[in-house]
Amino acid sequence: MRKVIFFIPLVVFIALGIVFYLQLGKNPEYMPSALVGKPVPKIHLVSLDTDQVVTNMGLPKGPYLINFWGTWCPTCAIEHPYLMRLEKQGVPIIGIDYKDDKASAEQWLRNKGNPYKMVLLDELGNFGVNMGVTGAPETVVINSKGIIVYRHQGAVDDVAWKTIQGYMQ
Amino acid sequence: MIDAVIFRRLMKLIVWLVLSYTAYGQAEELMTFSSPVNQTRYDALVKELRCPKCQNQDIADSGSGIAKDLRHKIHDMIENGQSDKEIVDYMVARYGDFVLYRPKHNAATFALWYGPFILLGVGLVIFAVVIIRNRLRRKGENV
Repeated sequence: MRKVIFFIPLVVFIALGIVFYLQLGKNPEYMPSALVGKPVPKIHLVSLDTDQVVTNMGLPKGPYLINFWGTWCPTCAIEHPYLMRLEKQGVPIIGIDYKDDKASAEQWLRNKGNPYKMVLLDELGNFGVNMGVTGAPETVVINSKGIIVYRHQGAVDDVAWKTIQGYMQ
Repeated sequence: MIDAVIFRRLMKLIVWLVLSYTAYGQAEELMTFSSPVNQTRYDALVKELRCPKCQNQDIADSGSGIAKDLRHKIHDMIENGQSDKEIVDYMVARYGDFVLYRPKHNAATFALWYGPFILLGVGLVIFAVVIIRNRLRRKGENV
């Protein structure tokens, strides 16, 4: 019975080893959004297309994506063709032109195509802060009840889209 | 003579470099506060909150865009008369507990806050038990 006690440190060591091993290779920058499970915050933004103020009433009814982008953001340029493909598949995407200016945003959409159902201007990044955004591109999934269910940081690609698709209900 | 010319040019270059460096350093925002108390609160808050984009930098220290935005947000909230707690709650609601450099005391962080003290207690108990046992055994041998 006494001998068993001497093995306790070894057992603890192995248990810690397993815990630490499982943490290896995980992306330390991954952060679940604090807003998951909550409704979309109050929106009061000017639309790029119509110059009208858009509020939460103007949001789509079904599941949709909110995509934060800016013409200053190189990864957004990489992401853009993929968004065009999603648009062709009929995925509703709301674009937030994040900390950008209107003229360059318009030019960008003219040159590269417009994958967005509507584009809202967040020139100062205040709406971004309300959505817990830390940079661009960032994509948020809203389900049919208007609840935020998932947030993806970085460009949307095949791998990310697979996960996002699972949340689009 | 030529040496003097080169020397003067070199000095000019050095002065220019030094000046342009300080100009660069001050390119960031200058904030004004309505009271020294607000300034102190601001200084404390930006050190208390972690930049959500960075792995280990506070908002005061980080040059990332989001840190700059949040510094402005904190400045505005302080000047609008909001309390420190309201500001911290605002940030946590949007960026999660991750932004807190001092984790909250709750069920998830129980082991983090109290684990070391519990382990210390367990260690002390084991230590005492071993010593008392040895003493008792020695007494038994003496008899």
